[in-house]
Amino acid sequence: MAEIRKADGLIDWLDQRLGVKKLTKVLMTEYWIPKNINFLWAMGVVLTALFTVLVVSGIFLLMYYKPDAKMAFDSVNYTIMQEVAYGWLWRHIHAVAASMIFVIIYIHMFVAIYYGSYKNGREMIWVSGMLLFVVFSAEAFSGYMLPWGQMSYWAATVITNLFGGIPFIGNDVVEWIRGNYVVADATLTRFFMLHVFLLPVVIIILIVVHFYSLRVPHVNNQYGEVLDFEAEEKKYLEGKKKESKVIPFWPVFLSKDIFVICTFMIFFFYLVCYHYDFAMDPVNFDPADSLKTPTHIYPEWYFLWSYEVLRGFFFSADLGLIAFGIAQIIFFFLPWLDRSSKVAPAHKRPAFFIWFWLIVLDLIVLTIYGKLPPEGMNIYVGFVASIAFLVLFIIVLPIITIVERKKGGVQ
Amino acid sequence: MAEIKRRDFLGMTLGGVTAVGAIASLVAMKKTWDPLPSVVSAGFTTADVSNMKEGELSQVEWRGKPVYIIKKNKADPFNPQRDFKIGEDVFTVGIQICTHLGCIPIFHPEEKEFLCPCHGGKFTLDGINVPGTPPPRPFDIPPFKIDGTKIVFGETGAEYQKMIGKA
Repeated sequence: MAEIRKADGLIDWLDQRLGVKKLTKVLMTEYWIPKNINFLWAMGVVLTALFTVLVVSGIFLLMYYKPDAKMAFDSVNYTIMQEVAYGWLWRHIHAVAASMIFVIIYIHMFVAIYYGSYKNGREMIWVSGMLLFVVFSAEAFSGYMLPWGQMSYWAATVITNLFGGIPFIGNDVVEWIRGNYVVADATLTRFFMLHVFLLPVVIIILIVVHFYSLRVPHVNNQYGEVLDFEAEEKKYLEGKKKESKVIPFWPVFLSKDIFVICTFMIFFFYLVCYHYDFAMDPVNFDPADSLKTPTHIYPEWYFLWSYEVLRGFFFSADLGLIAFGIAQIIFFFLPWLDRSSKVAPAHKRPAFFIWFWLIVLDLIVLTIYGKLPPEGMNIYVGFVASIAFLVLFIIVLPIITIVERKKGGVQ
Repeated sequence: MAEIKRRDFLGMTLGGVTAVGAIASLVAMKKTWDPLPSVVSAGFTTADVSNMKEGELSQVEWRGKPVYIIKKNKADPFNPQRDFKIGEDVFTVGIQICTHLGCIPIFHPEEKEFLCPCHGGKFTLDGINVPGTPPPRPFDIPPFKIDGTKIVFGETGAEYQKMIGKA
């Protein structure tokens, strides 16, 4: 044990026992961030803030919510919305934040794709981030079910039914997941457990892994430049702050991040107060009825693109399910589908640049058509867009990046 | 035979005990999520069809799922795989859940077909999926037994076994 002296203050007392000064250095004041990154790099910290907002608002909802098929609907729509003081505020905050977190996740993801931040040493950042996306999806889905309205109920029915596509044991798996022959009370209570305990804990662990995975290869920058962090750190500590290409995370970098969070929060609370309805499906204000399907089922906007891939192969449920399965995991393999290892922003890679915007466009088309009823021309547009999504990822991306590599990297 | 030392023995014992414990825990966890005995045992529904008119559809709930019963017109063809007789009357039954993704299709008596609005799935009067629409197979037929003019869902009777070809 280290020698413990009489402390000259609280910080010193803690430092002798917990090493808080060293910890602050490692985590904050000597954690180096490149200078040439723009506001798009602040999305990570916006996500952290949004997740905190979700946890806090969730805790307040949790105190009045009843995870029981008979009481759930009224506990949300009567108790929380009508009786609890500011209950409506917590609900709107929770619902809007759940939707906004996906907006920011998608921006965060596509910034990483645009600047090649998934490549060459940063694969684990990408993979842990994609794991977060998947668990966030499960978290959003399990939460969507809790108000026990019609859309909640049928979303749960459709999604749990997807497991019926597993060969041989599909139907047993579906009944096992539901705990009943249909989505019922047992399903609600176990999804409640997943939503309020197991998945949030997994998310928190994954956030820690995601942050840690950033520490060794460091944050990428706007030019994909490889920085010698140790040399740049030395310059900064010697006082050559202008010459150094890095800045400390705290307080220099975070001050800019906090500005972005503040701007975002103004927008966020504008939505919460004036446009919360976009995160509330009107069908979900009918109580769940296991014997009547709403005429048109669709998921929340952030799942529409993969939903459209699922039903895009309108002539075969099995093909649709396979394509859907691929769409769920294909992003994980991005670092290996992109066969050019040089890190550069998309506008320095002409073919990749076109590919990037095609993917964005295709996802927008899939999202729009995922919401439209599957009739007439819609099914063909959905089919073409689904095919395009798979082809762009599995065939086009490896080809253009192999060509790029043969030409000797980026221009 | 290789020599087994005391430490190897301890290691193997520890590994064995851990494996048994892990498997036992997984089994327990799996069974905790299985449907409860009360859910499994409450799986019978009886429907009296003596008052049904020809061409009419009635619905009963069985194991939380909607089951339709149609009394077919005399003019409609008889499909031994999907239809059965009570006396002279022809009936057809099925679980009215789309075999695509589990929505509940709506019956349109004029067109004599079921239409699932979610993904455009169609089924004929006999509950057979219309080719070119998403559902991969006909409506499932729930096990049933005929008891006079009543149909008991959840029990397996001779007519059911004949229909699914296991009699």
